[in-house]
Amino acid sequence: MARQKAPALWSREIAGRAVVESLRKLDPRTLVLNPVMFVVEVTSALTTVVLVRDIVEGRHGLIGFELQVALWLWFTVLFANFAEAMAEGRGKAQAATLRQARTQTQAKLIDETGETKVVNATSLRREDVVLVQAGDIIPADGEVIEGVAAVNEAAVTGESAPVIRESGGDRSAVTGGTTVISDWIKVRVTANPGETFLDRMIALVEGAERRKTPNEIALTILLTGLTITFMLVVVTLYPFALYSTTRLDLPVLVALLVCLAPTTIGGLLSAIGIAGMDRLVQHNVLALSGRAVEAAGDVDTLLLDKTGTITLGNRMATEFIPVNDIHAAELADAAQLASLADETPEGRSITVLAKREYNLRGREFSEREAKFIPFSAHTRMSGVDLNGRSIRKGAADEIIKFVRERQGPIPAELDSIVERIARDGGTPLVVADGARALGVIHLKDIVKEGIRHRFERLRAMGLRTVMITGDNPLTAHAIAQESGVDDFVAEATPETKLRLIREEQARGRLVAMIGDGTNDAPALAQADVGIAMNAGTQAAREAGNMVDLDSNPTKIIEVVEIGKQLLMTRGALTTFSIANDVAKYFAIIPALFMVTYPELDALNVMRLATPQSAILSAVIFNALIIVALIPLALRGVTYRPIGAAPLLLRNLLIYGGGGVVVPFVGIKAIDLLIEALHWA
Amino acid sequence: MLLNSLLRIGLFYAVLIALSVPLGLYMARVFSEQRTFLDFLLGPVERSIYRVCGVQRSQEMTWAEYAGAALLFGAASWLLLYLIQRAQYLMPFNPQRLGAVEPLLAFNTAASFTTNTNWQAYGGESTMSYMSQMLGLTSQNFLSAATGIAISIAVIRGFVRHSVKTLGNFWVDLTRAALWVLMPLCVALTPVYVWQGVPDNLNAYTEAKTLEGTTQIIAQGPVASQEAIKELGTNGGGFFNANSAHPYENPTPLTNLLEVLSIMLIAAALTHTFGKLCGDRRQGWTLFAAMSLFFLAAYALALWAEQAGNPKFPAMGIEQRAVAGQGGGNMEGKEVRFGTIDSTLFAAATTDTSCGAVNSMLDSYTPLGGLIPMFNMQLGEVIFGGVGSGLYGMIVMAVMAVFVAGLMVGRTPEYLGKKIEAREMKLVMLYVLIFPALILLPAAAASVTRAGLSGIANPGPHGFSEILYAFTEAAANNGSAFAGLNANTPFYNLLIGFVILAGRFMMAIPALAIAGSMAEKKAVASSAGTFPTTGVTFVVLLGAVILIVGALIFFAGDALGPIVEHFAMTSGRLF
Repeated sequence: MARQKAPALWSREIAGRAVVESLRKLDPRTLVLNPVMFVVEVTSALTTVVLVRDIVEGRHGLIGFELQVALWLWFTVLFANFAEAMAEGRGKAQAATLRQARTQTQAKLIDETGETKVVNATSLRREDVVLVQAGDIIPADGEVIEGVAAVNEAAVTGESAPVIRESGGDRSAVTGGTTVISDWIKVRVTANPGETFLDRMIALVEGAERRKTPNEIALTILLTGLTITFMLVVVTLYPFALYSTTRLDLPVLVALLVCLAPTTIGGLLSAIGIAGMDRLVQHNVLALSGRAVEAAGDVDTLLLDKTGTITLGNRMATEFIPVNDIHAAELADAAQLASLADETPEGRSITVLAKREYNLRGREFSEREAKFIPFSAHTRMSGVDLNGRSIRKGAADEIIKFVRERQGPIPAELDSIVERIARDGGTPLVVADGARALGVIHLKDIVKEGIRHRFERLRAMGLRTVMITGDNPLTAHAIAQESGVDDFVAEATPETKLRLIREEQARGRLVAMIGDGTNDAPALAQADVGIAMNAGTQAAREAGNMVDLDSNPTKIIEVVEIGKQLLMTRGALTTFSIANDVAKYFAIIPALFMVTYPELDALNVMRLATPQSAILSAVIFNALIIVALIPLALRGVTYRPIGAAPLLLRNLLIYGGGGVVVPFVGIKAIDLLIEALHWA
Repeated sequence: MLLNSLLRIGLFYAVLIALSVPLGLYMARVFSEQRTFLDFLLGPVERSIYRVCGVQRSQEMTWAEYAGAALLFGAASWLLLYLIQRAQYLMPFNPQRLGAVEPLLAFNTAASFTTNTNWQAYGGESTMSYMSQMLGLTSQNFLSAATGIAISIAVIRGFVRHSVKTLGNFWVDLTRAALWVLMPLCVALTPVYVWQGVPDNLNAYTEAKTLEGTTQIIAQGPVASQEAIKELGTNGGGFFNANSAHPYENPTPLTNLLEVLSIMLIAAALTHTFGKLCGDRRQGWTLFAAMSLFFLAAYALALWAEQAGNPKFPAMGIEQRAVAGQGGGNMEGKEVRFGTIDSTLFAAATTDTSCGAVNSMLDSYTPLGGLIPMFNMQLGEVIFGGVGSGLYGMIVMAVMAVFVAGLMVGRTPEYLGKKIEAREMKLVMLYVLIFPALILLPAAAASVTRAGLSGIANPGPHGFSEILYAFTEAAANNGSAFAGLNANTPFYNLLIGFVILAGRFMMAIPALAIAGSMAEKKAVASSAGTFPTTGVTFVVLLGAVILIVGALIFFAGDALGPIVEHFAMTSGRLF
């Protein structure tokens, strides 16, 4: 897996551009999309107006304080803009690498008459057919309709090993920007310019096409509601203070409002979302919507194909079990001879095992000496006729029939060996040399290393894993046992997947699955999170809502973790933001009424120096905490698969408890500094 | 003193749990129309009510229809109660020949009694005829409480049901709440009150010669029958002006205990109804535990403040320590037969729930002792709360708590298997926003206008407390009086009346809308990754969210009232 490297957190270049961007983002027309920060901006402007009025009217006593409050209020908005710009900047840095692939490309368009003419790639439209030859860059996303070629997809996947793309089957999709390195293919274009995979990917990582996701919208409503509530508190505090013969100034009220409003999460919310998408891209997964990333955090059930995900993909010979007094080496020799012409992975694994265990080398025979019998579904055996010997390997019942036909004896133990292998989930291949049954080859699915550990991790996260396999229930059960998967469906057809997803969803579970073939497309579309392999068909890629550029089926685990991390980061900062208000209240309320009610100084638990420095300290803390939390927002809160209850307790203590305590310390420290510098 | 209060609260809580759990399970049966032991008696009554009123009991309502029915019923009740008061001089059972109630006061009282608030800007014995008390006020005590219970049941159904649009039938829930829940409890309780000395007659007031030789008019009437529903339905409107401090409303320690118990009984039981109906009893216990946490903390704080007393009193020769013959503490405004322990218990119960009955005058509490009842209400009247309204308020707060912290387990938040999305958050925030708006905006108006300021009896922060308290209790539909504020003025009668109506219906409608939107959702299966909404962590989280949200909204206002008053008192300044 070629992971794209994340840009350093504080790259000078990105930060520099973000500073400029954060000024541009002050435009109220864009800021209004973030109601919390919009309120801060409006009130900052009001404070500035009051400041200007006081300068004009020459109220020198107030100017110093008001100037500082106004400045820090503006900084609060700028810091929030900066966070968003940083997240976007990091995305752009990644997009830049992608964009290099999109340099001017020429395309060989085949028109209706079959003539080829060279056009600019940007002029291609859907349904156009182009010819791509060795050395050409594929001009657009499309589907191979003719030919087969090796394609270098490093431009999108970062993986330099070429992949085969051919018409028909499950390897027919090609991506614009990748290079054909051998042979030729005809490609039917499936995306208009600007809508290609690469375009969408660039737009997504840059945050240009970002739409708020459902949970983000709900959270924005909560934050807006809280902000309105606090506006109500601040607006009514003015008449309440009048009753108590205190006339509160606008800058002071604004300071209170801004400190109470959830500016920390309000300022970092969009940065968290962009950074989440970004993390997916770093894992070479492209989500076609932010909604899918959120859904990934909610997934309850994972459907996994056995082959390629849980097992290495092909059955391998692991053991030669001779019968009667036959020597194991003789069995191995016969098995190897029978497999020499067998180009299937199983056949090759037999040759390899014989070579490894018994030091038997592969032999070359001419056509005259040896007649190879290929496997057929009808005979269910394969082998070789060599120097009068007929060596066969194949399904137990067929080989037994083969031996019986030659009046050979069937060893008593053969049946029990075959049965034992089958029960353990393996595939028994019986080997016979003419009328002599020699023994059994044990073919086995090899479970991927570390997969059991990953399933344990998923279980701890509260996810159920279901293995889908076409194997018989016995084999499926054995592999399920060995891999530690929670459940399995044997003898599955593509329709089984779709039905299973619907059943799970009817029980209120969210389902994620990975697929690559055209027959996976309905299931990918039905699943709440459908991850298509980039190497898969175009149909699969369009049905899913994520594409894994590495075509690595275990990637789904990272996707789920990234989804959870995104939601957790939002929750943690929301909790932190609200918990912060407690300390700010204790700083500001006694300060507001110190003159009228000196008794309220008892609430000044932080013993802040003066009312003005108390208010200023709270405002400065409120602004600086946004900057301090940018790294957390961009990196995300670490997800630990320990179950929801312990996770909640842990995060509540850190972000809830910490949220209450940290500002007391921070505000006091700033107050000491202000006092030392004589700012207020 | 400490041991005494611990023993009493322990006993009280044991009895409360012992009674509320079976009652809650019984209510779950009543509202899911399962068999109960009262069916043989009440079944025919129920059926004839539906026949007369033309109710189709199987006809289910959407949330909007349900809210509409509740609103319509409230409006009709309000009109009827207004007319009864205005026409009481024409009707029988008026031995004192009391005249018609003035229009603004009648408006205010009608609003107050039909919303389960029972704020009283009048003195009962000098204003209301027996006819108004029985036909108007007592019946509204039943019906407004039954409305609250019905709405809470509909809200529970919203979370329990899935993939449907309906929440039940308001008329059926209302009828069953009144017949199966409120009536039997009152029938059981009224004779006990009569036995303890609460009058229940239609006689004219008695004129008595006192030992000093002066004449005293002893008010009486059909008290006991109204007393039972006054607390059970968290109504709180006293038959007499002195409410439960009056010896005819609350004569003995036993009646005092029964009254406090009845205040909390149904609201506490509803948490168990909730747990039973949603198929996980722990969900109910969790809400009960969160409510209890606040209740016990409030009681302990108020008791501590009252028992510590007023530092200025000793100099005036007033004994505030517990000595033989008296319990000590700040006794201003308290009945000697209750002392600080029973007075603060009553005060905590009556303001935690939306009852509002009082057995002591909160205006005379120490500043901190007076802050606690006010803050209890400012938390949104969810600490047991009004019958029904407390539960649905608590459910809304639970949804909010789940949303704030739920993301921290890495899933989009869900409560009781229902995902919380933008639509529900809008309604939750509406619910959360309306409450402080109803308190802070009118209080702001009252604190700077002549009409508002003329009502207060004490200057300075105490006067501000009186204003803030009046609108707090109105929005919370509590109805308890801080006293000290002359609220029978056009300004207060109108403003408080409107706040009361909004506090009831503008809160109930979003709650029902949330339930309606939840009912339409699919139920989400739970797993090890699901946010746990039971257990200690969630109790603490829910408590923290309620406390922080409530405190952030009201701390500024409270700081200018009771809080500054408290610090002033400790440094020797009184208001």
